[in-house]
Amino acid sequence: MLLYSLRRILIMFPILIMISVVVFALALAMPGDALSGQIDPQNANPEYIEEMREQLGLNDPVHVQYGRWMAGVVQWDFGRSTVHKMGVTDLIGERLPNTILLSVMSLIITYVLAFIMGRYAGRHPYTIGDYSIQGINYLMLAIPSFVAALFAIFIFSFQFGLFPSSGSVGSGVTPGTLDFWISKLHHTFLPALVLGALTTASYTQFLRNDIIESSQKDYVRTARAKGTPENEIYNKHILRNSIIPIVTLFGFDIASIIGGAVIVETVFSYRGIGELLISSIERRDSAVVIAITLMLSIATLVGNLLADLLYGVIDPRIRVE
Amino acid sequence: MSNQEALLEINSLHTGFEIEGKTYHAVKDVSFDVKPKEVVCVVGESGCGKSVMSLSIMNLLPKHNGKIDKGEILYKGRNLVNLNDKEMNKIRGKDISMIFQEPMTALNPVLTIGFQMDEVLINHTSMKREEIRKKSISLLKQVGISRGEQIVHEYPHQLSGGMRQRVMIAMAIACQPQLLIADEPTTALDVTVQAQILELITKIQDEVGMAVLLITHDLGVVAEMADRVVVMYAGQVVEESDVDRIFYDAQHPYTKALLTSIPRMEEEREVLNTISGIVPSLKNMPKVGCRFVDRCPDAMPECSKVDPQLGETEKGHSVRCLLYDASHPGKKTEVR
Ligand SMILES: Nc1ncnc2c1ncn2[C@@H]1O[C@H](COP(=O)(O)OP(=O)(O)OP(=O)(O)O)[C@@H](O)[C@H]1O
Ligand SMILES: [Mg+2]
Repeated sequence: MLLYSLRRILIMFPILIMISVVVFALALAMPGDALSGQIDPQNANPEYIEEMREQLGLNDPVHVQYGRWMAGVVQWDFGRSTVHKMGVTDLIGERLPNTILLSVMSLIITYVLAFIMGRYAGRHPYTIGDYSIQGINYLMLAIPSFVAALFAIFIFSFQFGLFPSSGSVGSGVTPGTLDFWISKLHHTFLPALVLGALTTASYTQFLRNDIIESSQKDYVRTARAKGTPENEIYNKHILRNSIIPIVTLFGFDIASIIGGAVIVETVFSYRGIGELLISSIERRDSAVVIAITLMLSIATLVGNLLADLLYGVIDPRIRVE
Repeated sequence: MSNQEALLEINSLHTGFEIEGKTYHAVKDVSFDVKPKEVVCVVGESGCGKSVMSLSIMNLLPKHNGKIDKGEILYKGRNLVNLNDKEMNKIRGKDISMIFQEPMTALNPVLTIGFQMDEVLINHTSMKREEIRKKSISLLKQVGISRGEQIVHEYPHQLSGGMRQRVMIAMAIACQPQLLIADEPTTALDVTVQAQILELITKIQDEVGMAVLLITHDLGVVAEMADRVVVMYAGQVVEESDVDRIFYDAQHPYTKALLTSIPRMEEEREVLNTISGIVPSLKNMPKVGCRFVDRCPDAMPECSKVDPQLGETEKGHSVRCLLYDASHPGKKTEVR
């Protein structure tokens, strides 16, 4: 197990390098560069632009630019944001906790909803309850996230006034106080609900199908033959088996959670990584775009690894090997 | 027609499966008794309804398509057919236990052996947790697993097939049942392990004083274990008698065919494959007449027109074949 984990981690390095090349190349291929996002080309003196480009190193050959960037990266320096006038590392460090909070909260919501619905639907398949749950799920899956976000804002913020419609924290609160955290959770709940609801469908379906499949297994028949009550059979024998793939699912799902977060954060003006990514793309803040893209790729890789390792921890059949 | 001395009495059992909206009977008119402390073997080729019959007794048919349509299953005079799950749960594992053909899949892969052993005792006794665990370990000893203290913390995949079947047996006997149903308990095991498991069942049967309903298609096993034998073909009982008469005075052509197909000496165990043809599938079952007619060496024209009945040709020996008057619906003669 330890050896396996180590090998998995080592294998990640060459993959990371390849990803960094691709990301860097894509950023260069974007129309415009750091300068064109800031300067009005109609207005500025072409000589000045040229001078700035030279100064920023934008005229160097690609491999030199990559080398310089990479040298920074290994020292944990992702360059400077031309828009925010600060180090990318600091900028991301400022935004990242918000996105993590949002993702974790949305995952909790996903798991709670999926567990309740999937468990019910799996135990009572092909009933009205099951069909209703599936109907709701497909609806949530089918609605684009920005539409769902707008709906949620309309209903919960404007109609009922339950949650704030934008931002990630109230304006008057001091960081670190209890009020601050309550305000943060309050701001995060609605986007987390939208984000969580979107991913719930697949988790529910997964759990439902696994429960149905497991309930036909021989070991369930054995449990019945022992006189084990139906409730125990579902809660202990079947759920223990069906929960394993669900628990690890989020690891493979991190990419899509973050993808969803990008859109939801933007609609809610939630100050997280996703919102930063979109606004940076709009303003050609390529250092930020590259750093975030790289970070998301790493998150996906780490998520997969985490899922695999977690699988080993909770499934006794893999644990020993 | 309750039989006082029978522990289990099956009367005209019909078990059907719903396939594409139609009901097909995998067990059609099966009747026999099991007396206390008796070993009854049910033999027949693959697909003749042995497992369906035994699952019917335990009320463990697949819920979505399997159903007992007709007949009664009397356990100590009480009809099990109409009991709901809750009532049945009081009997399953306590009065009647069952072990299955596939030890590899019969145990839950993510629960420890100890958990799965304890479960039976938790279901049926009011013992404390520590006592239950002690009892589980001693049960494991009883079935020949000496490392019980360690095994209870292990998972099924850490055990061999034979060990798992031992665990299954230990669970089955935990509450000292009156009846053990063993559905081909050795088919999936190595030959040497097979003998050990059968020996174990015999030993336990002695210790616990239970009756055993042993399902098998191995006539060698029958010769060794059985007091009485029920021969099934295509969902029906075609012959029933004590074990000696099955081997020395078989009457039904199917039983005779089974007997000639026993491999001699230590040949590879290719059981029962010398009868040409196969058991008809549920959908292709003949509507009238004897179900064995296509493969029967003694078939008469009449055989595909008249349904033979299970009739007694001598005391304690019944057969379902038109060659015998007792079986002929038209010419019933009384033997008793
Ligand atoms: N769940 C089911 N749905 C539909 N048909 C079934 C089902 N289970 C069994 N059958 C059918 O019922 C018939 C009897 O099957 P059964 O499993 O009882 O045979 P068996 O005598 O136990 O055979 P084996 O020796 O292979 O275990 C077969 O034709 C089988 O296809
Ligand atoms: Mg079978």
